[in-house]
Amino acid sequence: MTRRRVVITGVGAVTPLGVGADVLLRRWVAGESGIADGEGACRDFVASDHLSKKEIRRADRFAHFAMVAGDEALAAGGWSDELPYAAERISCVLATGIGGLGSLEAQHDLLRDQGAKAVSPLSVPLFMPNAGAGTLSMRYGLRGQSFSVASACAAGSHAIGVATRMIQYGDADAALTGGGEATLTPLARASFEAAGALSPSGISRPFDERRDGFVMGEGAGILLLEELEAAQARGATIYGEVLGYGSTSDAYHLTAPEPEGRHAAEAIRIALRDAGRDASQVDYVNAHGTSTPINDASETAAIKLALGEDAAQTIPVSSLKSSIGHLLGAAGAVEAIATLAALRERTLPPTIGLEQPSVGLDLDYVPLTARPFTPRGERPVALSNSFGFGGHNVVLCLEGVA
Amino acid sequence: MAATATPEAVEARIVEALASFGPDIEQVTREATFEELDIDSLDLVELAQIVEDDYGVELKGDDMKNLKTVGDAIELVVARAS
Repeated sequence: MTRRRVVITGVGAVTPLGVGADVLLRRWVAGESGIADGEGACRDFVASDHLSKKEIRRADRFAHFAMVAGDEALAAGGWSDELPYAAERISCVLATGIGGLGSLEAQHDLLRDQGAKAVSPLSVPLFMPNAGAGTLSMRYGLRGQSFSVASACAAGSHAIGVATRMIQYGDADAALTGGGEATLTPLARASFEAAGALSPSGISRPFDERRDGFVMGEGAGILLLEELEAAQARGATIYGEVLGYGSTSDAYHLTAPEPEGRHAAEAIRIALRDAGRDASQVDYVNAHGTSTPINDASETAAIKLALGEDAAQTIPVSSLKSSIGHLLGAAGAVEAIATLAALRERTLPPTIGLEQPSVGLDLDYVPLTARPFTPRGERPVALSNSFGFGGHNVVLCLEGVA
Repeated sequence: MAATATPEAVEARIVEALASFGPDIEQVTREATFEELDIDSLDLVELAQIVEDDYGVELKGDDMKNLKTVGDAIELVVARAS
């Protein structure tokens, strides 16, 4: 039996580069940054421009981002008027690293200052990590499996992988997936700062000798996945295919990646094997590329281990986090969207701020300036890496359109 | 300090609170039902918190369950506060 194939038929994004999936790649390729004052905030996003008073009150900011990106993805897929599949056959798998942290902090302030009676009944429903999945399932009437994936900064890619498997296995015909995050809050800042993970300079420059930590960002990326033949039958526009998914764990340290990248490398190998591709067919690697000293080194090691030293030297690698910072649980989803767009445009987007290559980090990181590429095969193929606190490694193998 | 619970003050406060939950303020008439206004049990718990803060009137879940219209809520609070 051949495996059911899964294609992307709609995308939507809210990022520090603006509201919309198109603006994401356009501004990244132009070398623009959405980071200001050391953070990638979604400054252009005004919830009331997109959502009703009730929708705003009934969701945390991370779910606001997810709703707006979800509306865009469904509109792009031509789903705005009615669902093209039985509601029970549509899944909704959404990632978040932390959930509604801003709501949690605000309610905890009330609890401490005014007592238990001041706490809103909406507290837990807003900050629970599955609120995004529940909100989107209700918003669009999706009645298949819905839940959230929480694997820190790997969650966005995990969600896409899990949703892909549901469709491949036949548990669903379509899925809305991706992730949302909104943790530009005092607690998240203090925690990441205490852990030594945040950049003191406030500059995201992955793979640069001067890199000193990640820059926190916020936003959402939502993808609409459909089974290939059903998508073709309804004449859907196809943005690309999820060819492969690989996931492993370091079982090494709560926050630090395994320095030699052995288990991240295994995730890359699994994703390629799942895709039926090999290193010689990979046109581009969208790096996790956080701009922390240890991630960028261990990720470089993992890429070399998995693809082979010689092949790795020929494959361009770049990091979206150089332009928007680290969207934590939404990062993998936003990066998959940007990767698909880059494949479609036949462009290698740049690693912004990479002016002084780091000793020992010798891959082609597409420094500073985007450049065009010619696919090695009929259709371009990319890997998108995501790694999370907890030692979670996820790699997606994505194919662009011919 | 609880505010003075004149019927006019209670009505104005409840209408303002309900409008902040979603509906346009013009929709929030005494006759409007919570169902029409898409005000659900979670909203009513928040309304009860506001009423308790402002007027010292404690409303329990059972009190709220029987409320159908905006007018019902205003009358209950005015009656309890007096």
